[in-house]
Amino acid sequence: MSEVKKYPAPVTNPETSAFWDAAKEGKFMIKRCTACGEAHYFPRSICPFCYSDKTVWEQASGEGTIYTYSLMRKSPTGPYAIGYVTLKEGPSVQTNFVDCDLEKLKIGQKVKVVFKPTDGAPLPFFTVA
Amino acid sequence: MTIKGKAYIAGIYEHPTRHAPDKSTAQLHAEVAKGAIEDAGISKDDIDGYFCAGDAPGGAWPMVDYLGLNTKKLRHIDSTETGGCSYIIHLGHAAEAIAAGKCSIALVTLAGKPRTGAMPPRASGAEVDFETAYGATTHNAYGMCAMRHMHDYGTTSEQLAWIKVAASHHAQYNPYAMLKDVVTVEDVLNSPMISDPLHRMDCCVVSDGGGALIVTTPEIAKSLKKPLVRLIGHGEAMKGPRGGKDLDLTYSAGVWSGPRAFEEAGITPKDIKYASIYDSFTITVLMQLEDLGFCKKGEGGKFVADGNLISGVGKLPFNTDGGGLCSNHPVNRGGMTKILEAVRQLRGEAHPKVQVKNCDLAIAHGTGGLLGVRHAASTAILERV
Repeated sequence: MSEVKKYPAPVTNPETSAFWDAAKEGKFMIKRCTACGEAHYFPRSICPFCYSDKTVWEQASGEGTIYTYSLMRKSPTGPYAIGYVTLKEGPSVQTNFVDCDLEKLKIGQKVKVVFKPTDGAPLPFFTVA
Repeated sequence: MTIKGKAYIAGIYEHPTRHAPDKSTAQLHAEVAKGAIEDAGISKDDIDGYFCAGDAPGGAWPMVDYLGLNTKKLRHIDSTETGGCSYIIHLGHAAEAIAAGKCSIALVTLAGKPRTGAMPPRASGAEVDFETAYGATTHNAYGMCAMRHMHDYGTTSEQLAWIKVAASHHAQYNPYAMLKDVVTVEDVLNSPMISDPLHRMDCCVVSDGGGALIVTTPEIAKSLKKPLVRLIGHGEAMKGPRGGKDLDLTYSAGVWSGPRAFEEAGITPKDIKYASIYDSFTITVLMQLEDLGFCKKGEGGKFVADGNLISGVGKLPFNTDGGGLCSNHPVNRGGMTKILEAVRQLRGEAHPKVQVKNCDLAIAHGTGGLLGVRHAASTAILERV
């Protein structure tokens, strides 16, 4: 289960740079709209639900449950499990599951965020809680 | 305004090749264009509308030039790109343009060679930094849908396998099909796991090839020699994770495109005699059948089991050419071939072993993009006149 895989560095842009700056400090951020109260992911400046521009950064707990997953049995870098995690805060996020037995993943399982290094800002992944 | 009955499919052509190492992609476009033009019995110089998608090298303007279309006459161009269902959307857009008087003879082409050439990379959107690293591919994106569908509705791998089994029953009669062997549920379940819960035989083939359509006015269609097939309903839609709120991967944008098409046509799924359903994976078919209303949500597994999709056996004959699961999947885009087999069924030109009797109403439906991430869907209801 050792992670030898090299992940691409985020390119980042003015709209999302705060997410990646926080990631460097181990913080997993989401955006919340102060007008309608909804949280969303990935982060946008305009709320995708009510179109307010009053969105603010919020540090998420990093905890959630597996909504679904699929274990890709072969790839040039070996097997990997892609999936969606529904965060405690509400939004579901696409991710990979790492540092755990990929054969034993289950829908509904509790997971938590873990960051993996790149040549730039670290990327968020999830592992069994 | 409606497009109901205002546009006819007067020409079709499916490239017989599945492996084209000695041809260029543009050449394949020209070959399918020529085939459809000859099938319709029109002149290339009469074409005044051209439709193509992301598989056309360089897009519409290099293709129009390469194909030698009559630029003095060409007055409507559309390069809407929605992956595999682009061509079903093009059919609807061509009908809209024809109904509005913006063109009278439209050509739609699809061609390419993923088996023997490089595929252009998929363009990234605003999500790039938040998704690309996780390696979503067709296999695992559709696998994620299947996994959740099984969790929510108890759908089984055996039920999914029946979709491949039905396709293989049809493919045995298609001399051009890549996979002509009839397979069993056990064969599918015993094939290697590719991305859980999808086995190799849950996946479509990768093939070179292409296809083309000629869409025209009722008056021009009636002046030509082919059996009359017209578009009576059309729908298109898109779906994505939308900020991650209320994520539900067990349904597709077909829940919106389907009812729009049926409403315009003024018919219901019960009236359909033949269904072309994009079969990139077995789960794609199962979810689309539910979304289009052929059965209730969650009951797709029961619906497809026991040969219900086999022509002459079940209630809803589907993909009688063998579909993407067995025949071909040109450029990894299945929308065009779905229209082509539906037209053959309505014309009575399908293989006699799979031809549906009195086939007067057919559906051609497809998705494009990644069902488990973000995608488009389009539905066309076709009628023999």
